[in-house]
Amino acid sequence: MASAARKASAKSRADGKPSSAPMAPKPAEFTKDQDLKAYRDMLLIRRFEEKAGQLYGMGFIGGFCHLYIGQEAVVTGMQMSLREGDQMITAYRDHGHMLAMDMSPRGVMAELTGRRGGYSKGKGGSMHMFSKEKNFYGGHGIVGAQVSLGTGLAFANRYRGNDNVTLTYFGDGAANQGQVYESFNMASLWKLPVIYIIENNRYAMGTSVTRSSAETDFSQRGSSFKIPGIQIDGMDVRAVKAAGDLATEWCRSGKGPIILEMLTYRYRGHSMSDPAKYRSKEEVQKMRSEHDPIEQVKARLLDKKWASEDDLKAIDREVRDIVADSAEFAQTDPEPDVSELYTDILL
Amino acid sequence: MPIEILMPALSPTMEEGNLAKWLKNEGDKVAPGDVIAEIETDKATMEVEAVDEGTLGKILIPAGSEGVKVNTPIAVLLGEGESAEDVAKAAPAASSAAKNEPEIPAPASAQVDGAGKGAAVPAAPKVEVAADPDIPAGTEMVSMTVREALRDAMAEEMRRDEDVFVMGEEVAEYQGAYKITQGLLQEFGARRVVDTPITEHGFAGVGVGAAMAGLKPIVEFMTFNFAMQAIDQIVNSAAKTLYMSGGQMGAPIVFRGPNGAAARVAAQHSQCYAAWYSHIPGLKVVMPYTAADAKGLLKAAIRDPNPVIFLENEILYSHSFDVPKLDDFVLPIGKARIHKQGKDVTIVSFGIGMTYVLKAEAELREMGIDAEIIDLRTIRPLDYDTIIESVKKTNRLVVVEEGFPQNSIGDHIANQVSQRAFDHLDAPVITIAGKDVPMPYAANLEKLALPSVDEVVEAVKAVTYRG
Repeated sequence: MASAARKASAKSRADGKPSSAPMAPKPAEFTKDQDLKAYRDMLLIRRFEEKAGQLYGMGFIGGFCHLYIGQEAVVTGMQMSLREGDQMITAYRDHGHMLAMDMSPRGVMAELTGRRGGYSKGKGGSMHMFSKEKNFYGGHGIVGAQVSLGTGLAFANRYRGNDNVTLTYFGDGAANQGQVYESFNMASLWKLPVIYIIENNRYAMGTSVTRSSAETDFSQRGSSFKIPGIQIDGMDVRAVKAAGDLATEWCRSGKGPIILEMLTYRYRGHSMSDPAKYRSKEEVQKMRSEHDPIEQVKARLLDKKWASEDDLKAIDREVRDIVADSAEFAQTDPEPDVSELYTDILL
Repeated sequence: MPIEILMPALSPTMEEGNLAKWLKNEGDKVAPGDVIAEIETDKATMEVEAVDEGTLGKILIPAGSEGVKVNTPIAVLLGEGESAEDVAKAAPAASSAAKNEPEIPAPASAQVDGAGKGAAVPAAPKVEVAADPDIPAGTEMVSMTVREALRDAMAEEMRRDEDVFVMGEEVAEYQGAYKITQGLLQEFGARRVVDTPITEHGFAGVGVGAAMAGLKPIVEFMTFNFAMQAIDQIVNSAAKTLYMSGGQMGAPIVFRGPNGAAARVAAQHSQCYAAWYSHIPGLKVVMPYTAADAKGLLKAAIRDPNPVIFLENEILYSHSFDVPKLDDFVLPIGKARIHKQGKDVTIVSFGIGMTYVLKAEAELREMGIDAEIIDLRTIRPLDYDTIIESVKKTNRLVVVEEGFPQNSIGDHIANQVSQRAFDHLDAPVITIAGKDVPMPYAANLEKLALPSVDEVVEAVKAVTYRG
């Protein structure tokens, strides 16, 4: 990773952990199809977010808008490990998560513009989208609240005796919230099938992890609760996939919760209004040029001759078309009918 | 001088209990800390420890005695050199050690619906509430405490629906901090009666998450004072998800527990949250007074697909009321109950506030004032129609609650009545609430901080111009 403080590769701290605690697995060996899928899925998120940024600048998207650019490998790799019925919940930087859950780009973009065709009929916005059909439970605007909620989803799975797993995402900022540890305690006590995925993008809004966190190795944040944790290179989709396989198996076999710390990086500001003065342009540029998750896959595809430049351009075109279609829909779809003001308050 | 051992109180609200058994006999030597007897209430069993050293001279209250008032002498302890003949000279000593538990008073404010006539703002829909079910003539009534009614409501709903479960602090092994969940663990097992760590924020969120996944949690807060740790999950997650998801998913969950002032538990444990939660669209707020309402409304709350705040009261837990003996007694949320019909003045209250009103009513009757008493039962959605109809008849309104006065439930009702029935009022609406102070501990100050029967009587005299 870019800074010396960062681990160059995935690792697991062996000391103080139960002997059965998992070590960070080696990055998965991808087939051609897997690499092509990862490339396409990550590219969709990136192009979608670029377009969202553009629409924000044009005034079509209001309020808060938190872009996922740079972190695409995390949700994309994790998604490759899931089964039908597994659930996901996250905070407000959620557009990429929804696309990874196969939610429709039109529905997400139209929610960003506050239109009736959006996932929440335009009533939720960027931070509040849900899809019961796709097992996506939001989209939460209060930092850390989704950790307790995700633990509750896992509680329901255990209560019902199914073997579904809940992916509960949060950032390095949320990792300092009290209810995260209340949830860790209960999840471990009750052996709940929940994967806590800490997306460590190094900045809680504008505060770097070294200025906010006494223990910056977030994979160890579960040690007081006997929750094992491993640190993953979150810029390498293969490393994420391998960790996802390990963690889902861990949960499905009844061993309780597990923490995956994804070392990642967001290229854009915290939200659209963030000038990002807390870090240097060089730092961002270095991450982009040396660790970009999409470029890594692209280089591999070309290197292995699994795809030609033309093949990749075709994928890029397909993705751009999807994004353009979603943007067009999001700008032309009507706003919600005024009668929606008073609906969906109580059942 | 011989020392009297007094019946101890097990909690701030205990008034009497049973002397279950004596563990020492007359003539036995006792030392401080020795367990000499066991006493019990409907809520707990407790050992009585000797505070002084001596010989148990005489047992005044035999084992098995029921309804022994707190501070009644139960035995006499003789000091060195004293004999049985000295028993009559006994002086009261400090009663034996007793244990405190928390609790709470009454409520406060409310909500508005009908908005102004602004341009394109659509009218708020009217909440349709089912009529109160008729209790068939001849239905057998059984006397039970509010505590038993709440327990039965939960047990019945858990038998009926596998998705219903209870979680909270001390709800299982301990049988409930206030014994509301007594017996549930034994009947339903640890999967469905879940003891949590002391972690309100966390387990409230876990409950909401489980509800979003379709389960129907009953989350017990040991008291609603502690739910302030969890209020973000209640308001931001439970109440708003249905709206934020465009109707895709909500939280069918009940948050319940004692609310308001109990007795002598001071500022941090004596607060009514009726007004707080009534402010939030997406929540229902229920605050029953009688055991029948507690049972019928808790069953309704558990079945309700929305998040319901169910505010109980520790003092009322041991009050007994007639409850219809029906297999499935469910009451509609959102419907006030006319506790007593009358023509001279309308008095609106809810929860423990009703206790002041009913005592005042007896005095008013002697003065020839015929009061109509409305028990709101539900704070949100509020049954405006019942209040307005009554005011149209009596032309006078007094609202009584224990919560803080600013932005109280009474304030809100006064506002609505002034907007909807101003021409029917013959006097200003008077709102009686707790005083605008943190709850003091001292007994005299605590009494002053709460509403009183006299205040209710005076308010009614004022609005009826009976100087």
